[in-house]
Amino acid sequence: MPTFEQIKQIMQKYTVGIAGAGGLGSNVAMALTRVGVGKLIIADYDIVSESNLNRQFYFRDQLDVKKVEALKENLLRISPDIDIEIHNIKLNDQNILPLFDSVDVMVEAFDIAEMKEMIIELFQTEKPNIPLVVGNGMAGWGESNEMKVEKLGNLYICGDSKTEIGPEMPPMAPRVLICAAMQANTVMSVLLENQFRNEYNPQP
Amino acid sequence: MNIILNHNHEKIEVGSEVITVSDLLKIKNFTFRMLVVKINDIVVKRDEYSTATIKDGDNVQVIHLISGG
Repeated sequence: MPTFEQIKQIMQKYTVGIAGAGGLGSNVAMALTRVGVGKLIIADYDIVSESNLNRQFYFRDQLDVKKVEALKENLLRISPDIDIEIHNIKLNDQNILPLFDSVDVMVEAFDIAEMKEMIIELFQTEKPNIPLVVGNGMAGWGESNEMKVEKLGNLYICGDSKTEIGPEMPPMAPRVLICAAMQANTVMSVLLENQFRNEYNPQP
Repeated sequence: MNIILNHNHEKIEVGSEVITVSDLLKIKNFTFRMLVVKINDIVVKRDEYSTATIKDGDNVQVIHLISGG
């Protein structure tokens, strides 16, 4: 079993892309910052609003601040050494590949299903060797054991793949954080895979 | 035709050697709006559903994509 210092030394070498800085993205970024990832590239076009505070990694005094700027500030408070590249931009099928060109692993953290399909099609076609970790189904509460990670080659789908958000099925911190933590945990597994051969080497 | 669909063995009763992804979605009643489809680990784009073919022995995965994040 490696020590946390050994784990951090390896995590430090890698860049992770995060598309979206909402409930999934902000919390994936928080978890990966805590375990010492070298660089994060984060894109989102939104500002922090009151309704985000039930699950997203922002604070009341950051209302109306651009999410990527507020997130960078919060992450640097955890780890001043992390390299954070932020883009206050609405992602689309034209800008997403060049923006995340240098990542070792890509995290999908959009809220809209159409965008999830778009990034999966793009990345799996144009960058088939870059592992892509998607969040899919995390609304409501309870049903912790329904949350899982489905591996389709180097495409990982985290969540229950069932609960769609809606007015009477809101996303809330506990299940959104389970999903975000599963995504961050999958990123760790992918990056550390084969690093501790003959020691402790759990699969994603 | 025998395929593996979402980890399960499936016998698809068709007269032809191959079927398209669109055929499979219809046969298996996948009515979801947003999907990810993989045949033998290769992603099939939405605009290829009517041309991409599935043959005997293929490993097919279809996952429903839903909003939330």
